[in-house]
Amino acid sequence: MKIRNRMKLEFMSCSENVGLARVAVAAFASGVDFNLSDLEEIKVAVSEAVSNAIIHGYEGAATGVVTLSALLSDGSLEIEVEDAGQGIADLEQAMLPGNGSDPERLGLGFVFMKSFMDDVDVWTEVGRGTRVKLIKSFPVSENSGKTAEN
Amino acid sequence: MGYEINKEGDALIVKVYGEFDLHAADYARRDIDKYIRSQGAKHIVFDLGDLTFIDSSGLGVILGRYRHISEKGGRVAISGVPPTILKVMEISGLTRLIPFYTDFASALQSVS
Ligand SMILES: Nc1ncnc2c1ncn2[C@@H]1O[C@H](COP(=O)(O)OP(=O)(O)OP(=O)(O)O)[C@@H](O)[C@H]1O
Ligand SMILES: [Mg+2]
Repeated sequence: MKIRNRMKLEFMSCSENVGLARVAVAAFASGVDFNLSDLEEIKVAVSEAVSNAIIHGYEGAATGVVTLSALLSDGSLEIEVEDAGQGIADLEQAMLPGNGSDPERLGLGFVFMKSFMDDVDVWTEVGRGTRVKLIKSFPVSENSGKTAEN
Repeated sequence: MGYEINKEGDALIVKVYGEFDLHAADYARRDIDKYIRSQGAKHIVFDLGDLTFIDSSGLGVILGRYRHISEKGGRVAISGVPPTILKVMEISGLTRLIPFYTDFASALQSVS
């Protein structure tokens, strides 16, 4: 598997940065053959993962650190969103739709991530944090990736 | 992101622009609820024609207002959802809960 590009971004857990994360990933992913609706869907998935890190991981405190990394290799984009927050006690339960306790929340973050990405992988440990890996593949065209080889 | 809140008859018209995410959600929720109380609005029309992005935080604000309004016997309608956003709306189930209209006039008429 050849790595074509990678990036890593660290930011504070304030709500302004959800937009920053979306823009960063969209720009990072724009060099490959994702169509516009793929890019929109990737933005929703990233938005959900980063929002969860802020609201649930750090319980709304802006002082935590969220790490966003992305890796572009032949045919796939891999995004990781990591927090060092409270972690998830029952992950299976948390991933079910509509299971949030907050009436203002739909409990659909994981549902969106799973419907818009090819693969969603979660590592979590109570008291240590959560890392969500989002993977989406794209069609490899013959001359894609040329810029990275130059 | 921005929003405009106006009143027409018994209905509050909430026009949302740009990106409706976590950052926008807190302000929007607070302002809309403030207007519902101060204006004594019974119904809401969300005009989403100029929305460029929405995720579960924005959808949660709409759903939360829908719950409050319908508990009190009011009606909610949505107009002008851009095609890029429709899929998120459909997966969320909001399209089955709240009537969607392509044009604003029909949405307004449906609640008045
Ligand atoms: N990074 C995280 N740290 C701690 N808990 C998390 C994290 N991400 C998710 N969770 C837990 O998983 C649950 C489900 O997350 P999900 O995003 O699906 O729904 P939600 O955030 O409750 O609602 P919505 O995303 O629709 O606003 C959350 O309610 C929370 O308890
Ligand atoms: Mg969520």
